[in-house]
Order: sequence, then C-alpha cells, then structure tokens
Amino acid sequence: MSKEFKRVDGRKHNEVREITAKVGIIPNADGSALFAFGKTVAIAAVYGPRKLHPQHMQDPSTSVLRCNYDLLSFSVDDRKKPGPSRRSQEISKVAGQALEPVVDLGAFPNTVIDVQIYILQADAGTRTAGINAASMALAHAGIPMRDLVCSVAIGKNDKNIIADLTKEEEDYKEGEGASDFAIAKVAKSDEFSLLQMDGKIRPEEVKEVLKMATEVCEQIYEVQKKALKEAVSQQ
Amino acid sequence: MEISNVTKEYMAKLFSQGMRFDGRKLLEFRDIDLSYDVSNKSEGSARVKIGKTDIIVGVKLYVGEPYPDSPEDGNLICTAELLPMASSKFESGPPAFQAIELGRLVDRAIRESGMIDFSKLSISKDKVWNIYLDIYPINADGNLIDAATLAAVAALKNAKLPKLDEDGKIDYSVRKGSLPLSKETFPISLSFFKLEDSIILDPNAEEEGACESRINFGISKWNKHYMINSCQKVGDLTFSSEELAKIMDIIPDKVEELSEKLKKFL
Repeated sequence: MSKEFKRVDGRKHNEVREITAKVGIIPNADGSALFAFGKTVAIAAVYGPRKLHPQHMQDPSTSVLRCNYDLLSFSVDDRKKPGPSRRSQEISKVAGQALEPVVDLGAFPNTVIDVQIYILQADAGTRTAGINAASMALAHAGIPMRDLVCSVAIGKNDKNIIADLTKEEEDYKEGEGASDFAIAKVAKSDEFSLLQMDGKIRPEEVKEVLKMATEVCEQIYEVQKKALKEAVSQQ
Repeated sequence: MEISNVTKEYMAKLFSQGMRFDGRKLLEFRDIDLSYDVSNKSEGSARVKIGKTDIIVGVKLYVGEPYPDSPEDGNLICTAELLPMASSKFESGPPAFQAIELGRLVDRAIRESGMIDFSKLSISKDKVWNIYLDIYPINADGNLIDAATLAAVAALKNAKLPKLDEDGKIDYSVRKGSLPLSKETFPISLSFFKLEDSIILDPNAEEEGACESRINFGISKWNKHYMINSCQKVGDLTFSSEELAKIMDIIPDKVEELSEKLKKFL
C-alpha cells in the first residue's frame, strides 16, 4: 500500500462517511428507515407480511420477499427516467437476496413481504445504503429475523483498498483505476449475502476486502441497533 | 428446470463425494466448441457450445451520439433474449430477470476487462460507433453466462467495421478494419454454483436447477496478473469467507486452463 495515497476527502482507508440512521420515517408502512452514507441517502419501507396477489404466485411453504430498489428521478445529475430500468431491476433482485437469508420467511405461508427502497440523493453506494435501510425497516416491522444485514462498498483507488467510496472516488482514473465491491453480510456471522463488483481486484486481494467489509459492518450494525432502540423507546 | 427433491438430495450427496451424474469432476467443464460467421448480415458473430448449451452472439455497428458523460467514447449495448425455442422454461414477453442479468453480466465482464478501447470508437465530434451485442441462447443447458461471455468475446474479435461514406451513411457491403480491441486481454467468465456445501463449475440445466446460489466472476489478465473485473452473487444462500477464499484459489488455475483450451479458437 502506497504511503502517499490520500483519499479525496481525507478519510482513513477503512473509514466510512458519516452515517445517519433513523427508524420509523414512514407512518403508513409496517416498518421504515432512513440510512445515509454521507451524501448518499436511502429510505426503505416494508409492507407485510400480507396476502400475495395474484393467488397463483402464493407459495404455501413460505412467504415471498419482494424487493424493489430505484432511484428517485432527481437523485442523480442526469435526471433518471422514472420507472424500472435494467440496472434497478438487477439491484432489486440481488438486494432482496441479500436480505432474505436472515428473514424467517417460513413463518408466513402464502404471503408477501414487500421491501421498497428508494434513493433520495446519490453519491455512490446507493445499494449498500438501501440494504442497510431495508434491514432496519424489516426489523422495525417486527418480522422475525435471526440477525440484521449490514452492507458497505469496499473498493480500490489504484492499489489502495478503501471503504465506502464516493462518486468522485468511483471515477478515479490513475493506475489500476477504481474498483467497487458492494458487500452485504449477516451481522454476527461469517456469511456474505451480497457480492457484486466491477473494476480490477486480484483474487488474492479479496480476503483483505472481506476483512475490511467485516470491520465496517460491525460499526454499521451498532448504528442500526441504536436507531432501532431509539424508535422503540419513543413508542 | 424443476428438480425433484429426491434428485436434489442425491445430487448433493454425490457432490459431497466429488462426483456428478455425468461423470465429471466438480470443477470440470464440458467440451467447448466455438465457430464464427453465423450470420453474414452481422458485423461479427460467433456460436459457442459448452456441452449441449448452444449460444449465438452477433454484433451490429451503428453510428450514434456519445453519452453526455463520455463525449469522446463509443458505446457497448449488450442485450440477451431468452428465446422460447431454447428451453421449455423460457417464455416470450418482456425480459425476465435472467435475461436482463445475462446481458448486464456479459456487458460488465467485457467493459471492465478493458478489451474494447472505447476512445478509438470516436468518429468525429458528436459521432461515435455504437456496438450492439445481442445474445441468443438457442439451446439452454446450463451455464449460460460463461458460454455467452465467450461467444461475445469471439463475436467482437470477429467483427469488421463497415464503410462510412463522407455524408455519414453506412455501407454495410464494404467491411474493413477490426474493432479497436486489446491484443493482450479479454474476459473469461467463471460461474461457481453452490449446492449445500459443494461448489461446482459449468452445471448443466439439471444441476443448475438444483443449486441454491451462484457467484459469477469476469476475469481478465492485466499487466500479467489475473484481475477480477466483475462479480455478482445470486441466490438464497450466502458465501462464507472460507468458501470465497477457496474460490479465489481456484480462479487463476481455472482461467489458465480455459485460456489454454480456447487458444485454438480465439
């Protein structure tokens, strides 16, 4: 690791941006939360478990976790055309599967749990912020979960492994350029439920990436727990 | 493919002993075959067979405007269509997640490998070449991503630029130079599938239907080092750091082995 390398905003390699977490922001929803990494702001709402329609989609052995992720049209520089894009459909699917491993879906046959994630303001790391918000929203909805899911992007600028990249860091061009590895893990166990990357990472570097993700997720977990406790104590 | 529980259980048992129904080892690929010039109307095309999986990829080139965030660069537009002819599991209609994902994963593997020099696709101010790369499985028997990535790489290498008149019209009957592609690198896709605690490569449709999770990597050689350029996990199961470490150990050897096998085609 080169000693001269300084991150654009002066953060330490493993330092995340300022985290904001708030639970219970959408009264209509069964559970809801906001999660922000610096200027990236995500909100999530959970509805359900409720009856899944159409009926033929129902599964008598389990509930279905249906996740929808999207950007609000004005959350990015070039207005995003409203409605699902190929990108948002892909992220919806993998984000749902990042959350699923902790949710006791078997407890609610024939139902659907709808998880809605929207990005208010995008400065990289939107899917990870969204997953953190959704994980809190699921807990807030009182859905049985064996753990929380925590998520962060670990990336690289040239050869330097860094946590929670900003858009500016994602656009880094020198040396090996920028890499971005979005990771989610089950908070208290060594299980990775989201692994999605682009860029340039050597196979032997992946171990260090996972280690940094684990450390950062521990911090995120504490913030999520604190926000959930605050919401409960206010009720 | 719908797999019965009894098949799945037996398959998991076999996998745990390092065996498969068709006699392959867990990380062993089926036979790979690659041919070119599937359609002479395309600017480039290739057909890849891995076992019974059969995929055609074609390239069409158009002149278009660059995107505002990359005014000097051409573009790659990668789409996959899962034709109902290729499997009883595919239905016509708007693209399902599997089709969207296939296009996007091939796109990412190629784009991030640096195989295409997008800056050399610029024609003039406000004019660039757009590469439309379309993926059509015609017989889907598992491992579509690895097969499609290989077919895409071959189709790009096979593609020739059509002639561009001075008034900007494309003459598709005259084809000259190749696309601006790197001579050193191209991506290889490896999709690892997990059933209980076993990890396999190149599943057929039956094995793929039984597996619970998949993690795909786009890998290329960069400055003599293998680099992972893209990664995506799909499925209900998680991966532990130990499993990922094991996969990282497999990647360089497997990519080396496949590159060697593909030399006669590419």
